[in-house]
Amino acid sequence: MSILQSNIPGGPLSDKWTQHKNSIRLVNPANKRNIDIIVIGSGLAGASASASLAELGYNVKCFFFQDSPRRAHSIAAQGGINAAKNYQNDGDSTYRLFYDTIKGGDYRSREANVYRLAEVSANIIDQCVAQGVPFAREYGGTLANRSFGGVQVSRTFYARGQTGQQLLLGAYSALSRQVAVGKVKMYNRHELLDIVKIDGKARGVVVRNNATGEISSHGGHAVLLCNGGYGNVFYLSTNAMGSNATASWRAHKRGAFFANPSFTQIHPTCIPVSGDYQSKLTLMSESLRNDGRIWVPLHKEDAEAVREGRLRPTDIPEDRRDYYLERRYPAFGNLVPRDVASRAAKERCDAGFGVNKTGQAVFLDFASAIERYGEEQANLKGISPSDREAVMQMGREVVSAKYGNLFQMYEQITADNPYETPMKIFPAVHYTMGGLWVDYNLMTTVPGLFALGEANFSDHGANRLGASALMQGLADGYFVIPYTIGEYLADDIRTGAISTDHDAFKAAEMEAKGHLSSLLSIQGKTTVDTFHRKLGKFIWDYCGMARNEKGLNYAISEVQALRDEFYNDVRVPGKLDELNPELEKASRVSDFLELGELMCNDALNRKESCGGHFREEYQTEEGEALRDDKDYAFVSAWEYSGDPKAPNHHKEELTFDNVELKTRSYK
Amino acid sequence: MAKLSSLSRKYIMAFSGLFLILFLTQHMTINLLSVVDSLRLNVFGAEESNLFNQAAYFMGNNPVVQFALQPVLIAGFMIHMVMAFVLQAKNAAARPDGYQYGNKARAYNWASMNMLITGGVVIGFLGLHFYDFWIPEITAKYVTGKAHIGDGPATEAILADVNRFYPELVHRMKYPWRVAIYCGSFVLLGLHLNHGFQSSFQTTGVSQGKYVEGIKKASTAFAVIVPLMFIVVALVHFFIS
Amino acid sequence: MKLTLHVWRQKDAQTQGKMVDYTLDNVSEDMSFLEMMDVLNQQIIEGGDEPIAFDHDCREGICGMCSMVINGQPHGPQQGTTTCQLHMRSFKDGDSIYIEPFRAKGFPVVRDLMVDRSAFDRIIQSGGFVSVGTGAAPDGNAIPIRKEEADEAFNAATCIGCGACVASCKNASAMLFVSAKIAQLDRLPQGKVESKERVRSMVAQMDEEGFGNCTNTGACSAECPKGISLENIARMNRLYLQSSVSPT
Repeated sequence: MSILQSNIPGGPLSDKWTQHKNSIRLVNPANKRNIDIIVIGSGLAGASASASLAELGYNVKCFFFQDSPRRAHSIAAQGGINAAKNYQNDGDSTYRLFYDTIKGGDYRSREANVYRLAEVSANIIDQCVAQGVPFAREYGGTLANRSFGGVQVSRTFYARGQTGQQLLLGAYSALSRQVAVGKVKMYNRHELLDIVKIDGKARGVVVRNNATGEISSHGGHAVLLCNGGYGNVFYLSTNAMGSNATASWRAHKRGAFFANPSFTQIHPTCIPVSGDYQSKLTLMSESLRNDGRIWVPLHKEDAEAVREGRLRPTDIPEDRRDYYLERRYPAFGNLVPRDVASRAAKERCDAGFGVNKTGQAVFLDFASAIERYGEEQANLKGISPSDREAVMQMGREVVSAKYGNLFQMYEQITADNPYETPMKIFPAVHYTMGGLWVDYNLMTTVPGLFALGEANFSDHGANRLGASALMQGLADGYFVIPYTIGEYLADDIRTGAISTDHDAFKAAEMEAKGHLSSLLSIQGKTTVDTFHRKLGKFIWDYCGMARNEKGLNYAISEVQALRDEFYNDVRVPGKLDELNPELEKASRVSDFLELGELMCNDALNRKESCGGHFREEYQTEEGEALRDDKDYAFVSAWEYSGDPKAPNHHKEELTFDNVELKTRSYK
Repeated sequence: MAKLSSLSRKYIMAFSGLFLILFLTQHMTINLLSVVDSLRLNVFGAEESNLFNQAAYFMGNNPVVQFALQPVLIAGFMIHMVMAFVLQAKNAAARPDGYQYGNKARAYNWASMNMLITGGVVIGFLGLHFYDFWIPEITAKYVTGKAHIGDGPATEAILADVNRFYPELVHRMKYPWRVAIYCGSFVLLGLHLNHGFQSSFQTTGVSQGKYVEGIKKASTAFAVIVPLMFIVVALVHFFIS
Repeated sequence: MKLTLHVWRQKDAQTQGKMVDYTLDNVSEDMSFLEMMDVLNQQIIEGGDEPIAFDHDCREGICGMCSMVINGQPHGPQQGTTTCQLHMRSFKDGDSIYIEPFRAKGFPVVRDLMVDRSAFDRIIQSGGFVSVGTGAAPDGNAIPIRKEEADEAFNAATCIGCGACVASCKNASAMLFVSAKIAQLDRLPQGKVESKERVRSMVAQMDEEGFGNCTNTGACSAECPKGISLENIARMNRLYLQSSVSPT
């Protein structure tokens, strides 16, 4: 039997969560006051969990590396949050949200977890409205919805293009309220260095105050990791500059299994890289694909001329253009799911049809949308369609009303006017579905150590649907962990405060200091960013949108060599006991260098294609992903063996009792 | 007494400012009567025109005005002035180290940044104005019991004369340097009013939605018209009376 | 292009700081301002010195972590833009650029261009929330809200808490930040319940933190990367007045 106990409750799918809540053990209010909980991260998951647990009476300490909890990267989410409210009377239901999420994840997630997520989704909206989150509304005063990525109902709640910001500020306000009454203590500019285990249980953390360099220990009865995803392994991603995997990785090294690390989501519509100095990539909302047509030149000589600036894209006639998504997927066209659109762009660029200096971009063209809308307007207003200038002007106005702010942002970054010339876009790393393995109670393989939100692996399988990340972060924090943590803490009511005088804390502190000091003592010639860029390039090239055995093996050996070079040649200026941004980066990159290898190992091990994981050896004749449900319907959970080169592999078999496994087709 | 909040201090500025604006309007109205008198006497050839004298006499001898309104006015002015200095000190303390390059933020209009300067000029002007009219008047009424007109001798008869105010005004306005100072000060008063008027509505929270634009326009109109009228008074007496 | 950069260097809040000059060559106009700073830092590290510390995180204009006053303007010369979204094409070859931290008593310098903005967190903690516990919420559609009110509340809620309002104000006043939160919650029925208590406690905390008074100049709104309106301040002023006259 597998050592992975998922602890999924019995009974029919739709009753599991209710029955689990009814049978879960409780901690009485008086005892909650004696229990300390440590939360790492202040994003949607961290802030909502901290606030909710503090409201219940637990003492919470919340650590985060930004200067304010409101700056966690959840804030950057644009689109919206799904909830099975069925306010539109369009047939939505908990089951349909569950089904869409399971299918969207290409059948590599747990039925029970996903169903619970769908079930609590409606409560999230109510909670946020009560907190004063200003969701978009209809003229009648009710909440507005929009539809999102490939789903047939309208269930996405939104606050213009800043839904993540508004939800995070809502959670932040709930958190602030608990800080004011003293139930939550905030530690800003603090970064986790290690998890401390006593008798096999997570009992505290070692953290560094980045503002002062001071390293300290904090004891608690449980530790919640809400530190987000690890997309910054790739160096260039839509993540924030500070987003890191250190908390997850150090937990992994202390015994928490890492699940499906190779499942990363590449978003198809981002602004391409413009030069070596590039520090991050900016997402352009998926909604642009509703009206934009994606193409590259049909002939290589045209692509070359465009790259060298000799030919303007607007001068390429229709019959010399290749609208490759419309050609390959006539049924869905430009609206195929994220993973499919991303791979198709890569395929064209690899074949030599890329359209910017680096050859890593495709066009997203609004000319025909402008023309179409313009003609509609001309008909409405009775203007002759032969007045082309007037038609185009009206068309531009319609497009501007829909996407004006995005066009403006694009122009700000690239200095190109997308009304006049097609946008250039390219896929970029956006989200990581993989993460720490957790059971139904969100507990990792280390007792007392929990993982919430993007930091865990549980709900999105091999591909995440749009508007589901916000839903999961808040579901875990507001409505799951407050119940499920009781099951673990019920045994701890007599433990008493965890003292940091224990040897385990001292040892962990020493180890953490030793690691940082060793980074400072190398005094080589190469900056941290240079290593990070190189690592990102290897992972992007060989463990990105398409992977194959040869490339993955090559990447593994290169990452190992890079790691050795890092420990011989990195240059970290400054001192340990002061503010030192380079040291922070070096510490994070040292973890990425190990995690990157595990991602490659995971991708190598999974000999099938599913969702964001595309193995070139496993595809149909038309180049589509080929899943292997017979041999690979499992979660890969990796155990740290003490050597990053030789992780132990465990499987959690996935069973599907409520859905039928089908091949996704968008032809 | 509990410490005043920053908003309370601003309310005090706004309400005292609005009160002074009312006073200023009243003062302007009476002054304009002297212009009417001057035009009737000097342009239209009237034998007699005592509108200004009557109003001035009323203001100077009505006990309610003298012993109720006047002290309130003085208090209002003092409060407005003292609070301005208090706020300035607090504001300076809120940024102990300034920008090396200077603060180049947008939307700075000169008036709003320099209320202390324009206000200071108004205080200086008031010194002259008091020296010209208020101090001699108070001295005559409550100390010596004798008033004078122009450079003439002070007598009890003049003090009793209801029509002594207009000639004294005309006398004071015959000096070019004084008229120049008066006119210059009124320009700065205009700048002070332009920001102060609308600012008091913002501070008290009236300036919202559909009112914002109207209040701004009214503020500018007031800040142009009132000082302009005072300038007209000075010039009319200088050139015509 | 080639630039001369005058950058404020300060070891910590206790130490006196000063402007230090750097020359940076081969700056591409496609770089963002912070990428230019990255390149400068690489140059400084390779030269054996300690890099310039500055706050930054999302680099897409929403987290509010980046700060800096560039040539006397918070977030630089382009209106409605955070420093991370400012691009070097706003400058030209041979330019001299002055880069300083946000300056205010309420924002003590941590190092170089980094300042401590935790005063803003404390102001929110003093009342910038609706007192509703998890699980206690009625259905989201239970109370209809006029679309216009919801939209205005949203506009106020787009504040990213960066502190440019304080940095640009001649009095280092935090009124725009505080009023945006107060106005957002006051416009919604859920938040209105506690409006009077909220405005009193948040203003008290704002004063406590040492920010200046409002002179109604409007620099805060003009320099705000999200264009938060001055009307929020008027609304807060009115609410505070009402709450002073009738506290309940």
